[in-house]
Amino acid sequence: MAVPVAFFAVFFAYPVAAITGRGLSVDGVWQFGRIGEVLSEPDIRGVLWFTTWQALASTALTLLIALPAAYVFARLDFPGKQLLRAVVTVPFVLPTVVVGTAFLALLGRGGLLDELWGVRLDTSVWAILLAHVFFNYAVVVRTVGGLWAQLDPRQEEAARVLGAGRFAAWRRVTLPALVPAVAAAALMVFLFTFTSFGVVQILGGPAYSTLEVEIYRQTAQFLDLPTAAVLTLVQFAAVGAILAVHAWTVRRRESALKLVDPSRTARRPRGAGQWALLGGVLTTVAALILVPLGVLVERSLDGPGGYGLGYYRALQSAGASGGTFLVPPLEAVWNSLEYALAATVIALVVGGLAAAALTRRAGRLVRGFDALLMLPLGVSAVTVGFGFLITLDEPPLDLRTSWILVPLAQALVGVPFVVRTMLPVLRAVDARLREAAAVLGASPLRVWREVDLPMVRRALLVAAGFAFAVSLGEFGATVFIARPDNPTLPVAVARLLGRAGDLNYGQAMALSTILMVVCAVALLVLERMRPDRSGSGEF
Amino acid sequence: MSTTKKFAATALAAALGVSTLAACGGDKGGSGSGDGKKSKTVTLVSHDSFNASDAVLKAFTEETGYTVKVLKSGDAGAALNQEILTKGSPRGDVFFGVDNTLLSRALDNGIFTPYEAKGLGAIPEGVRLDGDKHRVTPVDTGDICVNYDKKYFADKKLAPPKSFDDLIKPAYKNLLVTENAGSSSPGLGFLLGTVGQYGDDGWESYWKKLRANGVKVVDGWEQAYNEEFSGSAGGKKAKADRPLVVSYASSPPVEVLYAEPQPKEAPTGVATGTCFRQTEFAGLLTGAKNEEGGKALIDFLIGKKFQEDMPLNMFVNPVIKDAKLPELFTKHGVVVDKPQTVAPEKIADQREQWVKSWSSLVLK
Repeated sequence: MAVPVAFFAVFFAYPVAAITGRGLSVDGVWQFGRIGEVLSEPDIRGVLWFTTWQALASTALTLLIALPAAYVFARLDFPGKQLLRAVVTVPFVLPTVVVGTAFLALLGRGGLLDELWGVRLDTSVWAILLAHVFFNYAVVVRTVGGLWAQLDPRQEEAARVLGAGRFAAWRRVTLPALVPAVAAAALMVFLFTFTSFGVVQILGGPAYSTLEVEIYRQTAQFLDLPTAAVLTLVQFAAVGAILAVHAWTVRRRESALKLVDPSRTARRPRGAGQWALLGGVLTTVAALILVPLGVLVERSLDGPGGYGLGYYRALQSAGASGGTFLVPPLEAVWNSLEYALAATVIALVVGGLAAAALTRRAGRLVRGFDALLMLPLGVSAVTVGFGFLITLDEPPLDLRTSWILVPLAQALVGVPFVVRTMLPVLRAVDARLREAAAVLGASPLRVWREVDLPMVRRALLVAAGFAFAVSLGEFGATVFIARPDNPTLPVAVARLLGRAGDLNYGQAMALSTILMVVCAVALLVLERMRPDRSGSGEF
Repeated sequence: MSTTKKFAATALAAALGVSTLAACGGDKGGSGSGDGKKSKTVTLVSHDSFNASDAVLKAFTEETGYTVKVLKSGDAGAALNQEILTKGSPRGDVFFGVDNTLLSRALDNGIFTPYEAKGLGAIPEGVRLDGDKHRVTPVDTGDICVNYDKKYFADKKLAPPKSFDDLIKPAYKNLLVTENAGSSSPGLGFLLGTVGQYGDDGWESYWKKLRANGVKVVDGWEQAYNEEFSGSAGGKKAKADRPLVVSYASSPPVEVLYAEPQPKEAPTGVATGTCFRQTEFAGLLTGAKNEEGGKALIDFLIGKKFQEDMPLNMFVNPVIKDAKLPELFTKHGVVVDKPQTVAPEKIADQREQWVKSWSSLVLK
């Protein structure tokens, strides 16, 4: 408990409080009047309203589209399932600048929808909502599907035998067991879309603005810290309210569940219904995820002289020309992997300890901490980045120009994933097993190692996968952290896209494709690593 | 009480652990800024677009004995704001990349220590916007201008626009794409260009006409140039339909440089009557750990070696009179005779109001 608390105090609460405090006090006098002033501006109110409703709509739409997929991935067996599960996670790591490009190819002028039905959705709110589904699909599929795969199907079958209809059996047996996972997924999707930044700017155009965009503009462009501080407080309040609602829904629903080996619950689809469902999910994945990703690959191969590997070859020579602007792509891949690995380790240690502590203890304080762990997802990257700047400036914590700041910022976003994916599984572990072990004389550490760990090993791996993917693609906070020049892949892509010229554009596409492949391979390796007969927990 | 103590101890331990880790990894970025050789390193803080040839930075080390460490943090606005926030305890010795649209904010916040650079005489008076106070030293200039797709206008047998006035003519209806003046530097530059051209009373009515003529506004330069502009590589792939874009006077040479094989002629051109001039400055940060090194670095930034290296790295023009432009620029670049400018103090005073009015005129 102490480690995660200390981590959050030093690297989150203190920086954010410092930058907010700086905005709200002038020469030591608190200016709470500013809050009312800022909130009464009609523009700000519009932003608040839009931020909230688009996040709610995006969350609902994501659940609607991804829940059937969670079922399909949990309960049906089909060739290429593992690969597909890795691929749907790829959007997560892609920089929004790149995804914007891909999505315009789907929704914009000359895009798929335009050619088929003459529909153009760019600069409409639909583009924003669909892009949010694209990004967060994996969150639902993995969080919900993970638990679903481990629910014993015989319970539902027993209900059917006892005379319940198919739907009634699902509603009364499976659904209640799934509620914590669905709520956790919904919460994460909501927080992500509530703080959406790049997607809104690129696909929605300048007419749409979220709180996050506004905070960025006030802090990074206008240096209007008072307004930014008020907006940050508003963001806090909104996120806090959502967390409270979430805690209230979940608290009484979580219970020990009998978890089984997921490889035994999945089988080949049977009957027209299951085949139709599988077909529907595969079509959705193809249209919503594979097509945009495919566009990037296609553009990385489509050179001025026809298709070929010209841009990839250009990437190899980029380093040779010298200068501090570009790095050889291999070096960027290596930088990215190193940062992501460090961030994953930090997130696993901090998040794992937090999850373990939260399972053991109850009470208001602990629940409060549970909610606090989610806050980084709901706080603007620029607030955190600038907060680091004004707080971590004195020994022993003069980290402002140190590379460790990058994985630390990335881990802040990774920790909530680790906690959220591990908690449902840890809580589902029957406490009597631990008690039995303790009665038999095992020390608390040994109980954890021999009871909890084997059951949650898979959850741990999946959590690691998420943390890894998040940090691989993290761009927001990283960009504000001044560092000696060893850019990560997303940063290198953004630099290439910021320059005119055919070769720069092509290389950006090629580098994005490499980022996609690195992510997919890393996730596949993680999935392979899981032991064959562990008792439990995809996540 | 004991829990508090325990907590404090853990926090301290965690913090120390992280610092130790950080110290171990200090050499990772090739920075080599160990405490023992602190005075030998001079740190340059800049924005993400800063770039210089390795050979030139090496030459600086040979001449002065100092090694340059470069820290980049965000775009020009974000990088400057970070310097303002860390005023008095800066991350580096020299800041490069404050331009005339941000200059007053930097000076009003007093983040720079005056230093009269050696070789200042080679820089024309006109770009020395801080006059005799020498808090900042001009390093480069660049122009934000409307670019056009040569092929489009040749195919249509239409003359490309030359001036702000041309852009509101019916012949160019629905052809221009620009950036959000509230968040993009070229977007703001173009807005300031119209303020310079039409004055405080005229620019708003100009934008009304521009809007009526179908100007499209997207968020950033990347979207405008790579997605909407028909003359760019990305635009061609995305079947873009806007042959006019707000970009830089140096974009055509860049198009030539980054093409394989290099074309004889740039695919894009510049409407020279639509330009706004940006000047970028460097300054010695107050509280710099290595003030002497910082001074040497500023001298070097306006030296011939760096000035002649700059055009092909950052695609801007040198400020010193005797720097030679690379052939790429003389062949494919344009000379902008009368760019628009607006005084930095005026920009600082009115920028927010202008952006607000602009947003409600164009975006709503």
